Amino acid sequence: MVNLIWVAMAAIGIFYAMINGTMEDVNEALFKSADDAVMLSIGLISVLVFWLGLMKIAEASGLLEGMSKIFRPFIKRLFPDIPPDHPAMGYILSNISANLFGLGNAATPMGIKAMEQMKKLSGSDRASRSMITFLAINTSSVTLIPTTVIAIRMKYDSISPTEIVGTTIIATLISTLGAIIVDRIFHIIRTRRNES
Amino acid sequence: MSIVTTISTWLIPCIILLVLLVGTWKKVPTYETFVEGGKEGVQMAISLLPFLLGMMVSIAIFRASGAMEAFVSMLNPILSMIGIPSDIVPLAMVRPISGTAALGMTTELISTHGPDSFIGRLASTMQGSTDTTLYIITVYFGAVGIKRMGDALKVGLLADFIGIMASIIVVSIVFG
Repeated sequence: MVNLIWVAMAAIGIFYAMINGTMEDVNEALFKSADDAVMLSIGLISVLVFWLGLMKIAEASGLLEGMSKIFRPFIKRLFPDIPPDHPAMGYILSNISANLFGLGNAATPMGIKAMEQMKKLSGSDRASRSMITFLAINTSSVTLIPTTVIAIRMKYDSISPTEIVGTTIIATLISTLGAIIVDRIFHIIRTRRNES
Repeated sequence: MSIVTTISTWLIPCIILLVLLVGTWKKVPTYETFVEGGKEGVQMAISLLPFLLGMMVSIAIFRASGAMEAFVSMLNPILSMIGIPSDIVPLAMVRPISGTAALGMTTELISTHGPDSFIGRLASTMQGSTDTTLYIITVYFGAVGIKRMGDALKVGLLADFIGIMASIIVVSIVFG
């Protein structure tokens, strides 16, 4: 699926540029985006090193485990195939809380750690049930305070830059709930197909 | 607003303090543990590079050729029919694919329509309530080497669609 999308975007773009005469723009964008990707990855080093280092301490001191104990009843329902004491739970929880408070750069390293732990559990290169659930929750973005948007609104002299916080929270809740439901439906379809 | 700003500036330093104090109290060799954990971060960033680069180049070609724009205007009549305002269609289409493009569009919509207009509020809500699905899949699955993604992309895109529709409905009710 990803292979298809990847090729489709590039191929359609190049064909379109042939007809539309935008080949020069394509050439320019090609190498600029490659440059941007390198800068982005290099830029990620600082946050990754910092948060993974800190989280290692949290893991070693039992803080991560303690935190996941509190929220266990709730998270257990969402991820039934992860053992409740597994470190993956702690990372999933840290990722969700970081997202909730708008700490996007802290959320990514913890999300990757959570994925790593879930991969250890499944032991295959195929996305497991809990990985898909985790991804669905992340793509629907559980944010309480959309800091970037508030900053843009302030820049353009909004009378009330934060008035969209309420609507954002409601929309986020609906989309996260929707994501969980869609994920469940797909899971049920998968298991039915495997049984028949 | 000042409370929100205060919370977000205090939060990270307080988390750091908590982790360090609990670590010391539990007799964890804090500095060594930090360095050990941090080493993983370097490898992780480097192993992510090809995934990000590949995806970003493909998106850039699609966008720079003008094909993305054509694609969006092609779908515009259909989406208008189900009640999505035509000004917001490009943002709704691009939001799951490219985070930077979406942020650019949100900024543009806010500057042309004004932050307190219906479109401005809708764009703000939409930008805040969903995330870049393609980026998240690329980074999370790329970093740990998941090759067969199962239903992940379908579920993610459907969730985005729900988020977009939810934004439109909620903003219409609250500010309409």
